Amino acid sequence: MARAFVTKIVTANDLLVGDAVYLTSSNLWSRDFHEAKICLNEDEATRLLDSTNFHQHHIVGAYLADVAARDGRPVELLHFREKFRTKGPSNYFHGKQEFNNQQGVA
Amino acid sequence: MYAYNEFDQKFVRQRVSQFREQIEKRLNGSLSEEEFRTLRLMNGLYLQLHAYMLRIAIPYGSLNSDQMRKFAYIADRWDKGYGHFTTRQNIQFNWPKLENVADILDALADVNMHAIQTSGNCVRNVTADHFSGASIDEIEDPRPSAELLRQWSTDHPQFQYLPRKFKIAITGSPNDRAVVKAHDIGLRILRNQQGEVGYQVIIGGGLGRSPFVGHTIREFLPKADLLPYIEAILQVYNLGGRRDNKYKARIKILVHETGIEEITRRVEENFKLQKSEFQKPSDKLIAAIEKRFLAPDFEQSTYENFEAERSESPQFDIFVKRNIADHRRENYAIVTVSLKNIGQTPGDATSEQMRVLADIAQRFSHDELRISHEQNIILPHVQKRHLPEVYKLLQAADLASANIGLISDIIACPGMDYCALATARSIPVAKDISRRFDELKLEHEIGDIKLKISGCINACGHHHLGHIGILGLEKGGIENYQITLGGAADLTMAIGKRAGRGFSAEELLPAIERLIGAYLDLRTSREEVFLSSLKRLGHSPFIEALYPKKESQNVA
Repeated sequence: MARAFVTKIVTANDLLVGDAVYLTSSNLWSRDFHEAKICLNEDEATRLLDSTNFHQHHIVGAYLADVAARDGRPVELLHFREKFRTKGPSNYFHGKQEFNNQQGVA
Repeated sequence: MYAYNEFDQKFVRQRVSQFREQIEKRLNGSLSEEEFRTLRLMNGLYLQLHAYMLRIAIPYGSLNSDQMRKFAYIADRWDKGYGHFTTRQNIQFNWPKLENVADILDALADVNMHAIQTSGNCVRNVTADHFSGASIDEIEDPRPSAELLRQWSTDHPQFQYLPRKFKIAITGSPNDRAVVKAHDIGLRILRNQQGEVGYQVIIGGGLGRSPFVGHTIREFLPKADLLPYIEAILQVYNLGGRRDNKYKARIKILVHETGIEEITRRVEENFKLQKSEFQKPSDKLIAAIEKRFLAPDFEQSTYENFEAERSESPQFDIFVKRNIADHRRENYAIVTVSLKNIGQTPGDATSEQMRVLADIAQRFSHDELRISHEQNIILPHVQKRHLPEVYKLLQAADLASANIGLISDIIACPGMDYCALATARSIPVAKDISRRFDELKLEHEIGDIKLKISGCINACGHHHLGHIGILGLEKGGIENYQITLGGAADLTMAIGKRAGRGFSAEELLPAIERLIGAYLDLRTSREEVFLSSLKRLGHSPFIEALYPKKESQNVA
């Protein structure tokens, strides 16, 4: 039996600084995963990931990440690696946790 | 210390200017990431979890005060005020922006440094004993040989696309401090029966997902044959190494699958060809390199003040016992500066600490510093009469932890706090362990022990070689840590054996505490260090401590 589809968002690293970014429904990249567009099925996820071929000037290495969603918005990334990417390292207050108010890079 | 000649300078500047153009092309869209990726990796620029990371080679771990000050400058101007020293004698900056990388590389070129060949399937930074040129047990300083290898391997046209990366380490002492048996090629300088100096050549060692202890391919190689022989090994590897499977592409797998006898035959055969065809470096070039590594002008001095300070200050005395090694000159000492303060990230130094170390090196250590594969910094030539003053300066910069060789002197890779390849975090594990044993005030009671942590199977944290090794993996969606026991990194190199099932992050620290508790209970005396107890008793009592039976848990 096919495994049940887990809601996904598209993530990548910003070309200039390397920070984690997320693709929004306005086709822009946000540093905040809460703003990401969620994909409810495999086709939608594949289509959205393919669309990032046009974003080469802004991002590096787009891929899909599993999220929990509520009311059509992502509320939590499921894998611990992805959770770390939303904050920054644990040993210094650097990365996203340092700039948690900045949004919209593209 | 080696200084670039005109050719080196031109080559490095040219590479920076090429890379500057390539970055511009990437930013203006004329290069795709696919095209750019190889180019940035050739210049040491990785993309990690939160940012780019620039890895800069510190050839054979040796540097001067200007170079250290330049790292501090880079850290402040283009990064976040610190740098991370690695197990391969490199420094990594974790936060450079793409648009600044060419400027950083230009700044490095000002002090004869670069990031070339710190990534990719080429010969990487040649590493060496961090006590080179200073230690009492040294047969010969290995750095001129390492520099020769660096020049030979840099931009070597045949060896830029090897089946996989290639790491060479060299030691000039019988006491191996460069982990030569865990490298693709390990070299030991020794004397033959006639008293001539040459190399024992070891190949096919390595860590990672398939750890192997290296095999001796040549018991004695005359010094003059170094480059043709290494060239022969690389040619055999370049032809025979697997390119179909990344995980089986290192020379260790070729040696393992083909057998050391057959590999020896191929290398020796190729070497015959090399001997006649290889254009050896001229005597003039070799002499010029050797001249750069002549011992500094050591001074005569007495050191009554040093002895007096030791009897007056117990703190200083402990520092001397833990962090000072014998120098080849009786009135000098080798100082190991710990980058393992309790609760801090192993291998990190702030820009301010780098400046302090540079100043101390300039004033008190003949302008020399070394980086150890154990992620500490060495002041190789300090007069004993200066040690009390050096100690005070280190104390003021929070660099005086007297913990070399103790349980908090942990090797740890960056793990999933930074590294895109990691499967779990290493840094918080290291911090927790060092904090816990400090709270218990047990560190000095436990004594000599090597604890090493890697955040993935690639083993940058040398976990296989730890008396206690910790490997961070993912299991069931959470971080999970496997413990290995009985590894060793010196010439008796041994690969640790897995103790049993892994531990969650919460279970790990209590498990390490039980393990150490068992050692303290079982050892015959304080003189019997952890590894000796393990060898005497076997792993069973320690495994029992790690995995107590349910009943005894309930009683406790």
